[in-house]
Amino acid sequence: MRALNRLTAVEFKLFLRDPASYFWTLIFPVALLVIIGSIPSSRKFSPEFGQRGIDYYTPVVLVMSFALLAFYITPGYLVGYREKGILRRLSITPVGPARVLVAQLVVQMTTAIVTTVLVLGGAALLWDVKLPSNVAGFLLAFVLSVATLLAMGLFLAAVLSSTKAATGMANVLFFPLMFFAGLYVPKELMPPVVATIGDFTPVGAATQAFSDAAANGFPSLTSLAVLAAYGVVFGVAAARLFRWE
Amino acid sequence: MSVIVVSDLRKQYDQKVVVDGLSFAVEEGEIFGILGPNGAGKTTTVECIAGLRKPDGGSISVHGLDPQRDAKKLHHILGMQLQQSEMPDKLKVAEALELYASFYENPADWRELMADVGLKDKADSAYNKLSGGQKQRLSIALALVGSPKVAILDELTTGLDPAARRDTWELIEHVRDRGITVLLVTHFMEEAERLCDRLALIDGGKIVALDTPAGLVSQVDTEQKVRFRPASALDDTLLTALPEVSSVERHGQQVVVTGTGNLVHAVTSVLAQHQIVAMDLRAEQASLDDAFIALTGRRFDHSAQ
Repeated sequence: MRALNRLTAVEFKLFLRDPASYFWTLIFPVALLVIIGSIPSSRKFSPEFGQRGIDYYTPVVLVMSFALLAFYITPGYLVGYREKGILRRLSITPVGPARVLVAQLVVQMTTAIVTTVLVLGGAALLWDVKLPSNVAGFLLAFVLSVATLLAMGLFLAAVLSSTKAATGMANVLFFPLMFFAGLYVPKELMPPVVATIGDFTPVGAATQAFSDAAANGFPSLTSLAVLAAYGVVFGVAAARLFRWE
Repeated sequence: MSVIVVSDLRKQYDQKVVVDGLSFAVEEGEIFGILGPNGAGKTTTVECIAGLRKPDGGSISVHGLDPQRDAKKLHHILGMQLQQSEMPDKLKVAEALELYASFYENPADWRELMADVGLKDKADSAYNKLSGGQKQRLSIALALVGSPKVAILDELTTGLDPAARRDTWELIEHVRDRGITVLLVTHFMEEAERLCDRLALIDGGKIVALDTPAGLVSQVDTEQKVRFRPASALDDTLLTALPEVSSVERHGQQVVVTGTGNLVHAVTSVLAQHQIVAMDLRAEQASLDDAFIALTGRRFDHSAQ
């Protein structure tokens, strides 16, 4: 336990010493939200969105921050640690390499929580975006979204062998997937077929889960089922394929 | 007392046999060298001893522990410096040592260790700001931070400049003074000659010879050479008449005498008798290099790595 605490503390320090890590997962999502909220039209009711723009974008920005964390940071750190022989070095200590993975996941979960508090809190304070009314429904959406995306990140860390490949794969996944989350084009403006496809992508389902939780108090069964399915498939594959060296 | 016993160790990757029936025993408190060219199976051997790789055959015992079965216990008493193993870029020297110390039940005092390896004034330096020599010293300190009974050091001076290499050697001599048994993997003859109490010469996954460095050299009856520049005219027959001398060659002003036995003494005595001053006198004796070539029947590959 002492070793795990120390490892987690060290991983936190390393995360905070790496501007690229905290910029994209903490600062950028909050900044993007502030930029969107600063546009006057986003604060008026929009017939296209069926709500105000800022209400629409708050969950999208949240899911984007989780995707940045899971697709870039999780594999980036773990593949880097494997590439540098850090995991191998740990495997000849009494502690073993698995705990550095646990420590990393603690750091990333914490980052996701802090970003969520900042994004939701900022949106509520500045522009009266409604906070989730049903805490259980919101927590379910949050835990399932973050866990599923991190499982995908772990899967990437398992199958990719260089940090270069990890960054490349993150780019290939992140930008198209964020389309389905409705980051570039509001989902309401997508052709119905495309919007439906989006519902079955992990980030699309995560966004839907948060929107549902905000609107109805509870995520829809479809979004939960889609997230859970991705989470299980990638989680199991990651556990099977992960190599320490 | 033997603390590491390796018997008939075998390991192959795919179809390629890398370790082919190695047996040796390491005594408590000695520096035992494993010397050989690249690809001889040195690293594979020590990685099997550390439990990083599973042998295909044979047995290994480290202080009575089986590296595969008793891995957890072994990691408490064995520290290893791995080839090509780094730390996170932004991790500071003191943090790395404190972290690794927390992994062990009875760790060494990491601050003292940090001073011993000469990194005290680098305590707050990030890993990626360290020089090659400093990184190597940190990795040695990390191998020792758990107060191990056995330390394995794999190619510890590869890529270091000569000054850093000498500092590292001094450090290893201090490690032995602590009573730690050291298993040293190297492909540097000079390093082996300087540090090791005993050496196993490995080639093609087999032990070619096992002895003290001096013992290995004496196994090889190589010829010696004496080179000098005579200050006045010298008749070659004076030298060829000596029983120790087998040949005399001239390269410009330089005379090269080849022979066996106490060649230097024989040559200098004759020169003194005839009052010929020998300038730039050099004697070349057999080294571990020569021993290696003689024992393996091929040249040691210095260019590699």
